[in-house]
Amino acid sequence: MYRYDEFDHDLVRERVAEFSDQVARRLSGELTEDQFKPLRLMNGVYLQLHAYMLRIAVPYGTLSSRQMRTLAHLARTYDRDYGHFTTRQNLQFHWTKLEEAPKMLAELADVEMHCIQTSGNCIRNVTADHFAGASADEIADPRPYAEILRQWSSLHPEFSLLPRKFKLAVIGAPKDRAAIQTHDIGLEVKRNDSGKLGFAVWVGGGQGRTPMIAKKVRDFLPESDLIAYMEAILRIYNLFGRRDNKFKARIKILVHEMGEEEVKAAIEKEFAAIDKTNMVLPRDAVERIERYFAPPPFDTRFNGAPAFDRARETDSEFASFVERNVHPHKMPGYAIATVSLKPIGGTPGDMTSAQMDAVAGIAEQYSFDEVRVSHEQNLVLPHVKLEDLPAVYARLRATGLATANFGLITDIICCPGLDYCSLANARSIPIAQRLSERFADPVRQSDIGELKIKISGCINACGHHHVGHIGILGVDRKGEEFYQITLGGSGDETCSIGEIVGKGFSSDGVIDAVETIVDTYLKLRESPRENFLSAYRRVGEEPFQEALYAHAA
Amino acid sequence: MAIFKGHAFVEDEWAVAAEGVPLPAGRAVVSKARFLAEQDTLSARNAPLGLILRSGETLDGLEDDLDRFQLIVLDIPKYTDGRSYSTARILRERYKYAGELRASGDVLRDQIMFLHRVGFDAFDVTHEGTIAALRDGKIKLVHKHYQAAAREDEEAAPGPRPWLRISPRGVPGDAHETGLDGGGI
Repeated sequence: MYRYDEFDHDLVRERVAEFSDQVARRLSGELTEDQFKPLRLMNGVYLQLHAYMLRIAVPYGTLSSRQMRTLAHLARTYDRDYGHFTTRQNLQFHWTKLEEAPKMLAELADVEMHCIQTSGNCIRNVTADHFAGASADEIADPRPYAEILRQWSSLHPEFSLLPRKFKLAVIGAPKDRAAIQTHDIGLEVKRNDSGKLGFAVWVGGGQGRTPMIAKKVRDFLPESDLIAYMEAILRIYNLFGRRDNKFKARIKILVHEMGEEEVKAAIEKEFAAIDKTNMVLPRDAVERIERYFAPPPFDTRFNGAPAFDRARETDSEFASFVERNVHPHKMPGYAIATVSLKPIGGTPGDMTSAQMDAVAGIAEQYSFDEVRVSHEQNLVLPHVKLEDLPAVYARLRATGLATANFGLITDIICCPGLDYCSLANARSIPIAQRLSERFADPVRQSDIGELKIKISGCINACGHHHVGHIGILGVDRKGEEFYQITLGGSGDETCSIGEIVGKGFSSDGVIDAVETIVDTYLKLRESPRENFLSAYRRVGEEPFQEALYAHAA
Repeated sequence: MAIFKGHAFVEDEWAVAAEGVPLPAGRAVVSKARFLAEQDTLSARNAPLGLILRSGETLDGLEDDLDRFQLIVLDIPKYTDGRSYSTARILRERYKYAGELRASGDVLRDQIMFLHRVGFDAFDVTHEGTIAALRDGKIKLVHKHYQAAAREDEEAAPGPRPWLRISPRGVPGDAHETGLDGGGI
C-alpha cells in the first residue's frame, strides 16, 4: 500500500487547516451558504436532503485495516453507525454535522486519508481494478499509476476549475473490471512489442443524461509520457469544453461535437507543444512508487489445501460462496474473496461500523492487512490463502457478510436515490431491496446466472443504469415515481449502452417487469452457459418487448 | 482601481482602451480584435502596449507578437471559469512571456495560490472579501504541491518524486503571520 511521507502528511494537514478555517468562517456567518459551497465541495462536503454528506476518497479502492477501523470509528462517533460505499470506490457518511467535519478530516489525515476532490468540477478520485495486484490475468499492477495520477491531479493549479467533473480509471488487465470506457479518461496498462510498459488511452466516455462510450485516442502511450499526455487532454478540455450548459459540459460532449479525429488531433498537437522538461515520468520514479505496491510476503510452499477441500465437500453453502465470490489469484494457494455488501433485502453498499471492524480484523489476519472497495459496491479481500477460506467465510458469516451472490441478480448497484440525494427524482434503494427479495432464492439466482442490475434514481446515472445488463432509471412523472428499463448495457471491455425497452413502470410494476424479462431470458437461452447479456446480444430486444407489452397492445 | 502586485495594492498605471475611439496617450491595453486589426499603427506608437483577452479567446494569431506586450490581462468573468489558468501557463511556459500577467475579475481568496502557480503576478480583483484578505495578508495557502507548473524559477523540487514542488514562504497573498485569519472570502 502507498504510505504517506512527511511531504504528503504536510500537504493534507495544510489542506485540513485551510478547510477548518473555511468551516469556522461559515459557522460564524462570515460566509453565506452560497459562498461556502465551492469551498466545501472541494473538500467532499455536500448538502443533501436531510443533512450534510461527507464523501471520503478511497484512492483506487485500497484500504488498510487501520483505515477501515477509522472509518468504523467515524461511523460510530459522528454518524448513525453506518457508511455507504459508492460506485467511485469511495465511502459516504450521510448524516454529517458541519461543525464536526473538520474533526473528521483531521482523524482521516492521521490514517493517510482525505476528502480532497471527491466533488466539484475537478479531477475526482482515481479508480482502478479492485483485483489489482492479485488477479491471475494481470499484465501490470495499475495502482502505482493510479497513485501517481492521484498525486498529480490533487490541487492541480490549472485543472481545478474545469467545465465539469472529470473521472479517471486505470486497469492493468485485458478484462475490464473498472468500466474504463465510461470514464472521461480510461487507461489500460499494457506492454508493447518490445516489452515496454505504457497505456492504451480512451477519452470521452461517460454516463449521465447523454451516455457515451469512450474513444481510443492512443493505442500505446509510453509510460514516461503519462503526465504530459494527461496535461494535454485536460488542457484541451479546460480550454474548449462547453461552459454554457452544465448538461453539455463533460468531455464526452466535446469529443462528440468536435469529432473524434479533431479531438485526437488537438490533443496530439497540444502534447507535441507542451514543454516536457518537468513532465517526464522516469522509470526509477515509477519504481519507487511500485515498491509500495510490491506483492505481500506470500507463502510460496503451496502443497494442497486440505481444510479448504474438506469444507467445500461437506458444507454446500461454503461451496457456493467459493463458486460465486472467490476468484483465481496469481499466486498458487491463494484466492481473491469478494465480501458482498448486498444482503437479501439490504441497501446496496451500506455497512455498519461493527461490520467494518470485523472486515478490518479479517483482513489483518488473513489478507495481508488489505481490503479493496469495488465500483460495484462490494468489498474484496485480495490475498486470502485457500486453506484460510473456511475460517474467513465463518467470520464473514457471523457478521452477515457472507452472501454468496457476486455477479448474480441480487448483486445490484444502486445509488442513494430520493431517500438521501437532493438531485434524485425517484427512490432507488426500495427497488433494489424488493428485487433482491423477489429473487432471494439462491437456487433460482444460480440458475439465472450472471446478471447485473443497476439502478439510478435520476438521469445523473450514479447507479450506472446505462451499463446494467438490466438498467433501471427512476423518473418523476407528475409527482409519481416511474421506472424506465434499459437492456443490454455492459461496463466491461465489451462496453455497450443499454437500450430503452419501452414505456416505464410504476414502482410495483417494475419488479414484475424485471421478473418477466428474466423469465423470457430463461426460456430463450440456448443453454445455461449463455448468460443474459450474450442472449440479449443474440436475440435483441424484441422478445423482451413482446413479453412486457404484448398483452397491453 | 488599485491592483494587487507583489505584496501590496498599487495604483494601476494602465488604461483599457474603449473600442472604436482613439487610444489614450501613454500605457494602453487593447483587445485582441483591435490589436489584430490595427497592429501596424499600434507598432508606430511610442508608449507601452498591453493586451486583454476575454475568457474563451485564445492566443491563436498572436503567437509572434507576444513580446510586444508589457502587460497581458486575462479576464475571469466568474470564479468557476478556469480557462485563463490554461492560457496563463501557455504564455509563461510555451511562449516564455515575461511581462506582467494580470488576472482580472471574480477571484476568490482560495484561488490565489493556483493563480500564482500558473503564472499570474498581478490581481485586479472585484470580490470584496478577496480584496480585504489580500490587503490584510490573511490568506492561508497550501505550500506543498504534487505537480510542476509555471513557477519553476522559485519552487523547490525536494525529490525523490520528481513531480513534487514547494513554494517559498512569502509568495503574494501569503499570510503575514501563520495562525492569523479573518475577512470574507
